[in-house]
Amino acid sequence: MKIAIPVNENVLETDVCVSFGRSPYFLIYNTENKQTEFLKNSSADAPGGAGIKAAQFIVDNGVNTLLTVRCGQNAADILNAADVKIYKTSSTKADENLKDFTEGKLELMTQFHAGFHGNR
Amino acid sequence: MNIAILSGKGGTGKTFVAVNLATVAGKSVYIDCDVEEPNGRLFFKPVDNKQSLVTTLIPEFDNTKCTGCRKCVDFCRFNALALIKNKPMVFKEVCHSCGGCSLVCPDNAITEIEKPVGFVEYGYSENVYVVTGCLNLGEPSGIPIIKEALNHASKNNNLTIIDCPPGSACSVMESVESADYCILVVEPTAFGLHNFKMVYELVVLLNKPFGIIINKADEKYDAVEEFCNTNNIPILCRIPYSQKIALLSSKGEIASLHDIETAKLFQNLLSSINKEVLK
Repeated sequence: MKIAIPVNENVLETDVCVSFGRSPYFLIYNTENKQTEFLKNSSADAPGGAGIKAAQFIVDNGVNTLLTVRCGQNAADILNAADVKIYKTSSTKADENLKDFTEGKLELMTQFHAGFHGNR
Repeated sequence: MNIAILSGKGGTGKTFVAVNLATVAGKSVYIDCDVEEPNGRLFFKPVDNKQSLVTTLIPEFDNTKCTGCRKCVDFCRFNALALIKNKPMVFKEVCHSCGGCSLVCPDNAITEIEKPVGFVEYGYSENVYVVTGCLNLGEPSGIPIIKEALNHASKNNNLTIIDCPPGSACSVMESVESADYCILVVEPTAFGLHNFKMVYELVVLLNKPFGIIINKADEKYDAVEEFCNTNNIPILCRIPYSQKIALLSSKGEIASLHDIETAKLFQNLLSSINKEVLK
């Protein structure tokens, strides 16, 4: 299983990024080989539709589980269609959330926001 | 001649100025481009209204033809498309109707279908032809409505007054594009000045001739006066705060039709703009 977390920096001690679509990196943890990798999020500075592109990106990378602070409706639609489970983070540190998730302490996200789309 | 009325913030008096200018002009066209909340028609109360529907194009996929090649998803710079489990997903409200996806599709799987985004209403109020752009609730962009509304601008050299949306974003740029002259309505407050500077930058950028009206100008606000002096901005007139005007407006009346001083003020304003434009 591959777990993704939007993060601010590409180091293991990083904080979770409050934005999903516009986070600078995604931390990807593979539970099978216990490997962690960091993927640069190319939609971080997209003029629009960042959540859509980011969701496509993590689906394309074979992620099954997303741990995030929040998530927009468009991204959630894509992730649901791809059977990616979305969990709400419990603390600010990425590694603590991974630990909480493996211990079954995180809850599935049920509320999605309409987006923070800027005016065009 | 097309005159656009702008302001940085809402509530400075754009519609008040636009409605009264159109009224004193005799035969004129008034176009409300503030499509999210058009209110000029509340004053004009136009009759014999007709409506034309405004639509934009969005892609529709034929899933029997789509092979999931992903060319459309990669092409869409607005990120309005996704491909999940080899099935395309369209995010209508993110789509900018560029049509690129249907052009790059090698399998002819995409047709563009019309999606209603609002309408333009047009009718008469005495000598004024009143055009109102109305955007449907929840639609993110008023540009297609504004374009359609502006098609109603006078073709017989009558004055056309364009009542712009507040601010300085895309919808305002679209509204002033065809303007021969811009009037910036300013409120003599710190907030008013701050937002005025943004529209000032816009009209300078677009190279439009312009002047300003200071509305609700009971006292001089030095910061506005100074800014206009330094930048050589012509102050066309000052409209004092008046209980009489406020009362008329609150009843949906056009002040120029009921108050001779207001009528004179706008007639003078119109002739000074005419001189300015012909210079």
